[in-house]
Amino acid sequence: MLKIKNLQANIEDKEILKGINLEINPGEVHAIMGPNGSGKSTLSSVIAGKEEYTMTGGEILFEGEDLSELDPEERAHKGIFLSFQYPVEIPGVSVTNFMKASINAHRKAQGLADMPAKDLLKMIRDKSELLEIDRKFLSRSLNQGFSGGEKKRNEIFQMAMLNPKLAILDETDSGLDIDALKVVANGVNKLRSADNSVLLITHYQRLLDYIVPDFVHVMVDGKIVKSGTKELAYELEERGYDWVKPEKTV
Amino acid sequence: MAYTEDDLKKELETKEYEYGFYTDFKSDTFPIGLNEDIVRAISKKKDEPEWMTNWRLEAFREWEKMIEPEWANVHYKKPDFQAISYYSAPQTVDPNKTLDDVDPDLLAMYKKLGISVDEQKKMNNVAMDIVVDSVSVATTFKKTLGEKGIIFMSISDAIKEHPELVKKYLGTVVPQKDNFYAALNSAVFSDGSFCYIPKGVKCPMELSTYFRINQAGTGQFERTLLVADEGSYVSYLEGCTAPSRDENQLHAAVVELIALDDAEIKYSTVQNWYPGNKEGKGGVYNFVTKRGICEKNAKISWTQVETGSAVTWKYPSCILKGDNSIGEFYSIAVTNNFQQADTGTKMIHLGKNTKSTIISKGISAGKSQNSYRGLVQINSRADNARNFSQCDSLLMGNECGAHTFPYIEVKNKTAQVEHEATTSKIGEDQIFYCNQRGIDTEKAIALIVNGFSKEVLNNLPMEFAVEAQKLLEISLEGSVG
Repeated sequence: MLKIKNLQANIEDKEILKGINLEINPGEVHAIMGPNGSGKSTLSSVIAGKEEYTMTGGEILFEGEDLSELDPEERAHKGIFLSFQYPVEIPGVSVTNFMKASINAHRKAQGLADMPAKDLLKMIRDKSELLEIDRKFLSRSLNQGFSGGEKKRNEIFQMAMLNPKLAILDETDSGLDIDALKVVANGVNKLRSADNSVLLITHYQRLLDYIVPDFVHVMVDGKIVKSGTKELAYELEERGYDWVKPEKTV
Repeated sequence: MAYTEDDLKKELETKEYEYGFYTDFKSDTFPIGLNEDIVRAISKKKDEPEWMTNWRLEAFREWEKMIEPEWANVHYKKPDFQAISYYSAPQTVDPNKTLDDVDPDLLAMYKKLGISVDEQKKMNNVAMDIVVDSVSVATTFKKTLGEKGIIFMSISDAIKEHPELVKKYLGTVVPQKDNFYAALNSAVFSDGSFCYIPKGVKCPMELSTYFRINQAGTGQFERTLLVADEGSYVSYLEGCTAPSRDENQLHAAVVELIALDDAEIKYSTVQNWYPGNKEGKGGVYNFVTKRGICEKNAKISWTQVETGSAVTWKYPSCILKGDNSIGEFYSIAVTNNFQQADTGTKMIHLGKNTKSTIISKGISAGKSQNSYRGLVQINSRADNARNFSQCDSLLMGNECGAHTFPYIEVKNKTAQVEHEATTSKIGEDQIFYCNQRGIDTEKAIALIVNGFSKEVLNNLPMEFAVEAQKLLEISLEGSVG
């Protein structure tokens, strides 16, 4: 589904990604772990197409198609979803209204008419129940005054609404207490299927207790330095990132 | 590659002012220039009684002594008042004004404006008066309204048919010499709407006036007088457009609202005069005086969506004279390219327990300048007066400006006055977030702007709110920063 070959990317001439290789097949859950500043979040932004990053080498293929020429919204239409580490506030735009705009933009890209209001409301009801979201929450302005947990839960709610082929969860666990983490993880697990893939980006192993990955990759200084199964995460937890760092040539 | 700001700009340049057409019908236009003879001629042309002629002349004499105000935060070449024609009328106006007899060219123009007059006739929730250049050309629903005793007609007709009402109220809220433009308007106003709602009557439909400047080199000076008698209610809408022209056109209107005891007036404006081109050439100078007076327990609510005009100078105000009266001002002012707006309100609290609310949303893009200017005045006898003001500015790009000039004068210790102000910028992060959810940049801006303006849009009557939303989108297309 996603094939990244020797990806290199800069921000303001500073090299962040220094040759990433990664392949994710349908139904797989991958986790990327790494210390702060290793380039994990940059990778998610580059896949989603954030403009301030410049791809300087390599390629990103999604279902065989080169993503580099596509706008962020076109990538979204193809089924790539990014759960943001810091979701933005949009005052005056309710969660419901925002979802309506989002769903209809996706439908338009597929040549479909707007979703009838009745269907949309039903879908919102179903998905909010799935994620134990209070309905009052849906009429509040997007992310405005939301707690850290509410923001992340809202991201997962949007993911449930859009049912993406590839969901990238960027530090979804940060700022969550254990109860909120469980709800979010539970939501993600309910949405897992044989066709959908997940890329988890996280600093800590604890999220992986709840969303169990098929593969774990360790990223250090813009490169994936080690890949393995979920056991790798435990090993990291025990031995710290310094353990993988010596692979860098001195 | 990605859709850039440059692409957006290009797209915007190709998008022209939708209402910028000119309709070629024969019109009767006065020679340029202004003097007592011209004032008399306007009055004569309209077959006015002598008291009206004299009222105009008094105003003219005052105007001659006045100088143009310069305190507003706007910069423009002052109009040459001797180079404007003060009267222009489509020649084929039928004196009886039934829409069936209206000049086909005029009807074609309404069609272009998106006003289907046929529909207007069928729809029974909006009664409409249409003012082209200087005269009122169509007033619909006169009969239906007449049954309730509601008077809704052009002010020219009202001067003839209801002189006692016009004489009693004209100039009582905005006196002839109130300010430079009001004095000019008082001398030369050519038409406008008059509305009277009798005691205890709730007007069953929205009343609406549509203004259009068509002729070149003419000014439009309309006068609106709206009287809501005791315990009555009316909701009134006005809309404005003008052809795209290279020269600046002057629009100096006066609106007076009178809400007697227990009456309520809701006055909504969608102003979309031609804003000038992207280099700042042409466009309408919109110098307008709007004011209402509230008697006991009365309420006046102004809602405005200002997207047009090259220069706007406008402060719809409320004099809260009666005890327990309420004044509200909800405004969205959008400026793009080289537009300049200096707009806001005055809430004058005279009575006890008077309340006012000001919600102002300024959106600036391009190289425009957008100022909020407001006065909240609590006078010594206004015990327990309350005001809440909120002024929010949204900036797009790095070349525009947003300014806030709040004036607060309190002479009574029991007053409660609150003022909140925010300035924000549409961020790349907000746009990217929307993009990631499949929403393209243009739509994302529209969404963010609509969210920002929501509290004001919610105050517009339904049909108007939809139109206003579209107008915001058109006005801001291609202005992401």
